Amino acid sequence: MTDGAQADTLKLVDRSDDRAPVGAVMVVGGGIAGMQASLDLADQGFRVYLVESKSAIGGHMAQLDKTFPTNDCAMCTISPKLVETGRHLNIDILVDTEVVKVDGTPGNFNVTVKRKPRYIDLEKCVGCGDCADVCPVILPDPFNEGLSSRRAAHKLYPQAVPNAFTIEKLGVSPCRDACPAGQRAQGYIALIHEGRYDDALRVIKEDNPFPGICGRICNHRCEDACNRGLIDEPINIRALKRFVTDKVYSAERQPVEPAEITQDKRIAIIGAGPCGLTAAQDLIRLGYPVTIFEALPVAGGMLRVGVPEYRLPTEIIEREVADILDLGVDLRLNTVVEDLDELFDQGFDAVLIAVGAHEGIRLPIPGADLDGVLINTRFLRDVRLDRYEPDENGQVTNPDGSPFGERVLVLGGGNVAIDCARTAARLGAEVHLACLEPRDAMPCHGWEADAAEQEGVTIHADRTFLRVVDDGRGQALGVECSSVAHFEFDHEGRLAVETVPGSEHLIEVDTIIFSVGQRAGLAFIPDDAGVGITHQRTIAINPNTMAATRPGVFAAGDSVSGTAFVIEAVASGHQAAESIQRYLEGDKLEADARPELPVVKFSRAELQARVARGELALKNRVPMPELPIEGRIDSFAEVERGYTDELAQEEAERCLACALCSECLSCVYICGRDAIDHDMVERTEQVNVGAVVLAPGYQIYRAELSQEYGLGRYPNVVTALQLERLLSASGPTQGHVNRPSDDQPARKIAFLQCVGSRDQSHDYCSAVCCMYAAKEAVMIREHDPQAQVHVFMMDMRAFSKGYEGYYQRARDQYEIEYTRCRISSLKEDPETGDLIVRYARDLGIEGAVMEEQAFDLVVLSVGMEISDSVKGLGQSLGIELDEYGFCHTPIFDPLQTSQPGIYAVGPFREPKDIPETVVDASGAAADVAGLLAPARFSLTRTAEYPPERDIAEEEPRVGVFVCHCGSNIGGFLEVPEVAEYAGNLPGVIHAEDNLYTCSQDSIAHITEQVEALGLNRVVVASCSPITHAPLFQDSIRAAGLNPAMFEMANIRNQCSWVHSNDRAAATGKAKELIRMAAARANTLLPIHTTTVPIYNDALIVGGGVAGMTAALSLAQGGYVVHLVEREATLGGNLRHLRYSSNDIDPAAFLEQLVTSVEEEPLIHIHTQTQVAKTSGFMGRFISTLQNGGGPFEVKHGATILATGGTEYRGNEYSYGSNPRVVTGLEFENVLAAIEHNTRESDARTQSLLDLLGDQAPDEIAMVLCVGPAESFCSRICCTTALKNALAIKRIKPEARVTILFKDIRTYGFKERLYTQAREAGVIFLRYDEDNRPEVDASGDQLMIRARVINLDRQMTLTPDLLVLSNPVMPPDGAREMATQFKVPIDKDGFLLEAHVKLRPVDFPSDGIFMAGMAHYPKLLDESIVQAKAAAARAARVLSKKQLTAGGIVAQVDPSLCVGCLTCVRVCPFDVPLIVADQDGVGGIHGAAFIEPTVCQGCGNCVAECPAKAIHLAHYEDEQILVKVDALLLGA
Amino acid sequence: MTDFDPQIVAFCCTHCAYNAADLAGSLRLQYPTSIKIVQLLCSGRVDILHILRSFEDGADGVLVAG
Repeated sequence: MTDGAQADTLKLVDRSDDRAPVGAVMVVGGGIAGMQASLDLADQGFRVYLVESKSAIGGHMAQLDKTFPTNDCAMCTISPKLVETGRHLNIDILVDTEVVKVDGTPGNFNVTVKRKPRYIDLEKCVGCGDCADVCPVILPDPFNEGLSSRRAAHKLYPQAVPNAFTIEKLGVSPCRDACPAGQRAQGYIALIHEGRYDDALRVIKEDNPFPGICGRICNHRCEDACNRGLIDEPINIRALKRFVTDKVYSAERQPVEPAEITQDKRIAIIGAGPCGLTAAQDLIRLGYPVTIFEALPVAGGMLRVGVPEYRLPTEIIEREVADILDLGVDLRLNTVVEDLDELFDQGFDAVLIAVGAHEGIRLPIPGADLDGVLINTRFLRDVRLDRYEPDENGQVTNPDGSPFGERVLVLGGGNVAIDCARTAARLGAEVHLACLEPRDAMPCHGWEADAAEQEGVTIHADRTFLRVVDDGRGQALGVECSSVAHFEFDHEGRLAVETVPGSEHLIEVDTIIFSVGQRAGLAFIPDDAGVGITHQRTIAINPNTMAATRPGVFAAGDSVSGTAFVIEAVASGHQAAESIQRYLEGDKLEADARPELPVVKFSRAELQARVARGELALKNRVPMPELPIEGRIDSFAEVERGYTDELAQEEAERCLACALCSECLSCVYICGRDAIDHDMVERTEQVNVGAVVLAPGYQIYRAELSQEYGLGRYPNVVTALQLERLLSASGPTQGHVNRPSDDQPARKIAFLQCVGSRDQSHDYCSAVCCMYAAKEAVMIREHDPQAQVHVFMMDMRAFSKGYEGYYQRARDQYEIEYTRCRISSLKEDPETGDLIVRYARDLGIEGAVMEEQAFDLVVLSVGMEISDSVKGLGQSLGIELDEYGFCHTPIFDPLQTSQPGIYAVGPFREPKDIPETVVDASGAAADVAGLLAPARFSLTRTAEYPPERDIAEEEPRVGVFVCHCGSNIGGFLEVPEVAEYAGNLPGVIHAEDNLYTCSQDSIAHITEQVEALGLNRVVVASCSPITHAPLFQDSIRAAGLNPAMFEMANIRNQCSWVHSNDRAAATGKAKELIRMAAARANTLLPIHTTTVPIYNDALIVGGGVAGMTAALSLAQGGYVVHLVEREATLGGNLRHLRYSSNDIDPAAFLEQLVTSVEEEPLIHIHTQTQVAKTSGFMGRFISTLQNGGGPFEVKHGATILATGGTEYRGNEYSYGSNPRVVTGLEFENVLAAIEHNTRESDARTQSLLDLLGDQAPDEIAMVLCVGPAESFCSRICCTTALKNALAIKRIKPEARVTILFKDIRTYGFKERLYTQAREAGVIFLRYDEDNRPEVDASGDQLMIRARVINLDRQMTLTPDLLVLSNPVMPPDGAREMATQFKVPIDKDGFLLEAHVKLRPVDFPSDGIFMAGMAHYPKLLDESIVQAKAAAARAARVLSKKQLTAGGIVAQVDPSLCVGCLTCVRVCPFDVPLIVADQDGVGGIHGAAFIEPTVCQGCGNCVAECPAKAIHLAHYEDEQILVKVDALLLGA
Repeated sequence: MTDFDPQIVAFCCTHCAYNAADLAGSLRLQYPTSIKIVQLLCSGRVDILHILRSFEDGADGVLVAG
């Protein structure tokens, strides 16, 4: 629902439905918002399903370098959240998943999700990365915004959670799809490009046992399908395939290991051609004994005896056939199968007929059987079997002894005819070839006919043959032909020829070779054998199974298809083998259809667009070198000479890698965990949850669409997100800002603001760009002080806490130049790659001039958009979105979508920065917790461990487990040697090495070893404890050991990876690291924790909107709330507001809110009450409240401070001295009184009404940034001023309203108010801070003089009223309150959060939270969300029954404490106290005490304590120093 | 080049410096093998005595990173 429709009702959770809701929640989107919402919900006792469409969580924040305004490293701040989310027992992360639809009602939804295939099993993958190391497919890396490359097998980023790899696959590349045998051409091409020729051959052989053969004679349909053909030329796939075999076959063939025979059923194959051999290979690999019967004296079939030597050398055939025979195939040459039945009689269980089509056809014309008439197949075979060898006189004779002719005519125009012609030419004859078809439509390949002509063959096209002419002695002397005018085949395949009348002529020759077709010789199949034969003399089969009509008989290859290409024979051989296996195993013959991947076909336009963007360069194929014509016909030497390495790699580089993953299976072979599964398919699942939180995030504006900025065309124009990656130390340039065009340092950099924000197609401000640009500019200068940075902007929107100061530092201290304008043009200097920016330079009051400057790099500060997929999600969930896809939510219920039970957070609602996104996320957790409160802890899981073994009396028994991490460690140092070394260290009684120590079986093995060997300490030498220690600690807990009895040696991240070029040194260091770890292990002691019961009530200080909202939220969750307000009534600042920015009555909302709070039985309202005293710690606070009735005590587990803010009152601009100068709130009140004609207002309003005569003023001036707001931005003043300006324009449209401003900071959708105000005629005059407006109140008339920058002139205004946008300030007593609660405040007096980015409502001390304007000025909806967030954070504490105390915490030995306060001063968390009930040194009362439930274990106090009175468990001095000693002094 | 191979003990905060060393590993950044890290929850735990003991044991340098 839109704002207007829903906003005037306050929705509370309906508790009338007593059906228990489902205690699970789905959070959609794994960015910072999704993680925060998940953690806040899971910590409150809900089961969370966190859905992420990418392969890992982390979102955009993981891509950022630093975060403003603290310049913290983004990854450092997000990574603990990543790990916590990844390890949380009650968060199930569903990566690669998208939500399809949501059915049901709030409290009980069924969510349908689509789980996309990852091709790597998340359960098995240990993240070792071996798959990525061998993956040959190179793709742009989207995490680095395309500035670097990655492999198709990849991890999204190094710290990705889950820590597992994934494979990116779009489908099937067209080359593979076009190949009958499914050759993975893209795969072997990628491997050729990498120079991995053996791997490339392995990939070809996955689908085809005849790479060398197909590399020469295949008709390569793959090339016809190649997407590259759309723009230039297809990849020369055949040449590349041939190249691989040339490379590998240049080495001597190594015998293939025989296959293991595991089956007893025997298979006979008739015919040792490509089909029969393929089937034999497949079947023997499956363990079946295979016998091949071959009539000829050689194996290879038509390849060996049908293809001339100059096209296919014998040695290639013999080599590839031998590889199959080596498997153990029983080949019987010269063995003609006379009768099919005999084979079954001999005990074969299945027979495959693969006899090929070796019988040539003689045309039925007169003279066809004269002497000198030969048949193609026999002729070629006899040549190939050396029966045409010249005699001692050099005379070539036919096998029957008759002389081979001098003039030969080949009849036919197919490839075999060409083979006959070129072979005859090589036997020394003058060769002619006659065919029915026109020259340019001959059935053979065009290049074959060309080659024949080049070799001297005369082609007579368009001929039909009438008869063979007899010389009278039974010898042919020529063929009488007619010229063909036209011919066609009818639908039954019969030929009709129309000849040219009178065109009969004789081609005189002495030898004629028929080459008009071939067929199978099937005489061995008796009529009663039960095997059906077709009219075309082929075997009848089921084409899906290759099964003939008789059970157990299968047929494949040319004998069923007629003549075809070798690759088809291979394909049908594979198919037949699969069917035979199914037949022999008793399965049904037809396999179930497998889900098919789509074929990746590009359009020409798509590819041309890639060319235009510079992603792809046009380049023709590299031609195959050939033997010069002169030398060819003198021998049978191979004509095509093959690629060199350089040519092959050049050609391979042209491949578009259409399918991304090519299924080359390199990953499958390398993976030691058997985790790769290329057959994974998309699945649809249902998840039952009570509520849904949508946190899908944003996408950056695709600035390529604004062509004027040149993104994609000019390499040195980058987006701000690309710049983040350039600035990141883990990015593609290790943090150096180098130009993409030449990798040179960028020294002069321009930022263009508002790209995709505040323009015709975006009517909103993206709210973050000004600040991220300032931050990036500062980081550039920090990194390279010589760099100059120039920012072109409209307004500087530094509207939040600390932002204005940051901007001022960027401008003044870092000397970032800011120019207020949109540039007028941007061009590239093609010589240098520099970018010429043309813009109007503002000279202040002197006007503006056009200037041009050249920059090395231009950064586009791109705005936020909602992606199409998120829009689709919104639509499928029935959520109302605006025209841009944002999910507008009601102002008084800001996280609620138009579908109850579905909440929206983060930039999906409105562009916003990280802290506000985090606040949204926690706020949504509060809303959900209210809805699902009865189901809390109904679906959560808890970890169970056996009782702990007491090892106090045991000597150390250390077990060391050294990990190979696949090849990550094992590949760079000697793991077995290191493990052996570890076994001899003091205290170590067992050491072993494991391939993957973190795999599930190894984890279980550690548990077993602890039990079996009685280990009491465990060292794992593998990767980082940050990611893996909890996993291993679980394994020893499972064996009854205290989890503290564990230590890691990080021999991967700190050793093998960083010393990968020195094996000996790395091995040595690994030993040292393990020595240190083992030494420390000896000193470890168990750590125990205790529990402390908590108070489940909350104390909220402040009864304004924030306090009341937080109170209601907690009460809905079932918690008792004490709401303390020092005034007599609830309502706070909202009582003074008369207008909202969207025409909704704030008073009506306030009344409803107060009523809800008053009617809520769980909320105890204490008005006219103050907190007199508070003490205690998270979970156990005791506060004394003071009111008229005297003091009373409240026990509470959490505290929320919501003490609000107050409008500043000062004497700037004659306020206080001139009655016509008013504040924004005063103005709002008088305006409302005029509009509603009410007089019941306060005295100030009364006097203003008198002054104005109860009439709206004619002329009003407003000044923004008053008093303290010159140094900090009060955030809400611009929006409030515009709201009031629009209100007066509505009441009195002719009123003149002038706003004097420095910047208009209408962030997010507030920008629309700015647009509306300009449309309504409000005048905006910009002043600069050195020349603020001056008020002259000396006369009757109020006079304001201002130097107006945007109009280049001095102006004087004479308004009826001057409205000052006074900032919001902390209320009276804020500082004292902060001291009382021991919470920090910032320099402006606002409460200071624990972490500006990620803990925006927390304090450093646990259990206390903040909300509303006490934190910083904010708009009403922002206060509401923040109040909910504070409630959620408090509920994380209150939902527990008890707190854990102890663990790695500091403990004071009071007998050593002198009470010097050092610990009190150094503790960053204010935990140590000097307490009276402890006695220190010498029995003096008062010693330090550190509360174990709140100590963070940092150890600052331990290091600083001059009396050494404080100990830190697990980090005692001895436990630290033992590592130093072990390192430097040895074992 | 000299044969001097300095032994350096690095006391690192778990939350930042240790993490950074992990990342250096992920990025395969090469550095000398003579740097050995001692992990602490916070570099604030480093006592002057730890630094002195390192030198006493023969360390050529001590790095405290946090």
